[in-house]
Amino acid sequence: MGLISKKDAKLITDPLADNNPITIQVLGICSALAITAELKASIVMAVSVLFVLGIGNVVISLMRNIIPSKIRIIVQLVVVAALVIIVDQVLKAFAYELSKTLSVFVGLIITNCIIMGRFEAFALANKPWQSFLDGIGNAAGYGLILIIVGFFRELLGSGTLLGFKVLGDPIEKTGLYAIGYENNGFMLLSPMALIVVGIIIWIQRSRNKALIED
Amino acid sequence: MGLKQNLHNFKEKNKDKKWLPAFSAIHTFLFLPNETTHNGTHIKAADDLKRTMNTVIMAMVPCLIFGMFNAGYQHHLAFGEIQQATGGFLSAEFWTLDNFSVGFWKVIPLVVVSYVVGLAIEILFAIKNSHEVEEGYLVTGMLVPLIVPIDTPLWMLAVAVAFGVVIGKEVFGGTGMNILNPALTIRAFLFFAYPTWMSGDKVWVHGAVERDQMIAAGQNVDAISGETILGSLAQGKEVAYSVWDMFYGIIPGSVGETSTLLILLGGLFLIFAKIGSWRIMLSSVVGALIMGLIFNGLVSAEVISEGSKFYGLMSTEFWQHLLIGGFAFGTVFMATDPVTASQTNKGKLIYGFLIGFLSIMIRVFNPAYPEGVMLAILLMNVFAPTIDHYVVQGNVKKRMKRLKAKVA
Repeated sequence: MGLISKKDAKLITDPLADNNPITIQVLGICSALAITAELKASIVMAVSVLFVLGIGNVVISLMRNIIPSKIRIIVQLVVVAALVIIVDQVLKAFAYELSKTLSVFVGLIITNCIIMGRFEAFALANKPWQSFLDGIGNAAGYGLILIIVGFFRELLGSGTLLGFKVLGDPIEKTGLYAIGYENNGFMLLSPMALIVVGIIIWIQRSRNKALIED
Repeated sequence: MGLKQNLHNFKEKNKDKKWLPAFSAIHTFLFLPNETTHNGTHIKAADDLKRTMNTVIMAMVPCLIFGMFNAGYQHHLAFGEIQQATGGFLSAEFWTLDNFSVGFWKVIPLVVVSYVVGLAIEILFAIKNSHEVEEGYLVTGMLVPLIVPIDTPLWMLAVAVAFGVVIGKEVFGGTGMNILNPALTIRAFLFFAYPTWMSGDKVWVHGAVERDQMIAAGQNVDAISGETILGSLAQGKEVAYSVWDMFYGIIPGSVGETSTLLILLGGLFLIFAKIGSWRIMLSSVVGALIMGLIFNGLVSAEVISEGSKFYGLMSTEFWQHLLIGGFAFGTVFMATDPVTASQTNKGKLIYGFLIGFLSIMIRVFNPAYPEGVMLAILLMNVFAPTIDHYVVQGNVKKRMKRLKAKVA
């Protein structure tokens, strides 16, 4: 028996595909639309949520027997707020430009439905190790969609990936731009993120018909 | 055995083939199919979807031909090769073969790309979902080349058509199920994705963008500018065209939307053929006039001074709003789309009125792009079912009251 049993492994792999927080549970959409215009911002957001949700789930799970159920939401908020402040301060200290791009959306991780949802639905009723895996899995599922959306939006919208001009230079007219290609400005607008997420949902559900709800 | 029978036999033989819907779609263009329905009661009428669509296309053909002449005329005029047409609609300078051939070779590729890409996607989806190819794209395919600037790169058009047909129509279930007008979805996509090709003073005249690139490359040539009337008004510039020019359509603009005269004729034809709704067209015009009057009123009450950036468009005579920009084209050919418009008679009046009203409002206040018909129609497309809902509920309430009065 390895470190992660088969049942525990499902906690990580399920949210990546068939129980993805964004495409199946449709949670955390707001940040997925707002900050995915650049791949870098998507990755940082994904890592931040991974940190907050992984640690937060463990903390809540450790306290699950001593939290009075009447005030559990407030306790959860305190935990997530503390973790988000850490993330926010780290970003401000080491990646100031990026933290400006992400602006309020780092702070808004507190209200990200995925986090409170996992606290409520999983961490309050499970042991720390399982809670940790569940937190990592759900954050990874969220981050995966963010990175896919960010990849396409940055590639088609700005012609770059992580800031590298992969399609050539639009001003110098090199690469694809030499033959008349132009960046798609619509990709940089939030409505297009919704459409990209919609297309991912479409592809996912047409591959696995069991996911289609009536 | 004639061709007709042969084609029918061919169809029988290949009944189970996946590509049959594609064949049927082309087949029914030319011949009435032989098969009859086996169940239920059916109304037999001559105007099926295909005939309806063809009628709308016929109404648009004059605009298309005029658009070709106009594209050539604006090109030659801007390059100083011909004199300004002074003889009104029948000017000899306008209706020349030279103008036509320049326009023809610019417009036909737009039409071809629009149809090939759009129909290919329709057929693909029909084969995949194994249903008959629906004719919904016939009108859209003709509308699209008429509402884009003449120099739109063909690949952009292809991308936009693919987006519009898939996201605007197929995801909702195909023809008849779409919420938004597909042609306008395509236009909106182009506008938001490639704004430099959709607005400004370079894109409306064939060759102007090319000239700009030559200047950027260091060649000694004059820049060409062909601002639309709305563009000039939004910048508070003098308009260089007479009202009659606007009415005839001898002005820069998208390919087929400049000639209010021909659009009017097309509209009358649609009303006469009972295909376009006169309620929508009329109420839309009324809505536009009222909004125009409000703006004129604001100007004459001196709420808006000459220094305001809205002065140019607000002080335009209210009825001139009908002649400039895409208002007439949108009202006649796109607001009346039976799928996306309101269905009830009272609903149509409200729907049309709001389109006209909002078109002029957006036109004046939109800082990025001085035209509002596209956005107004798309917005009202979304609200059309809501309007219908309240009209129907209102009617139900009225009749319930009558029933109660009778019982009591």
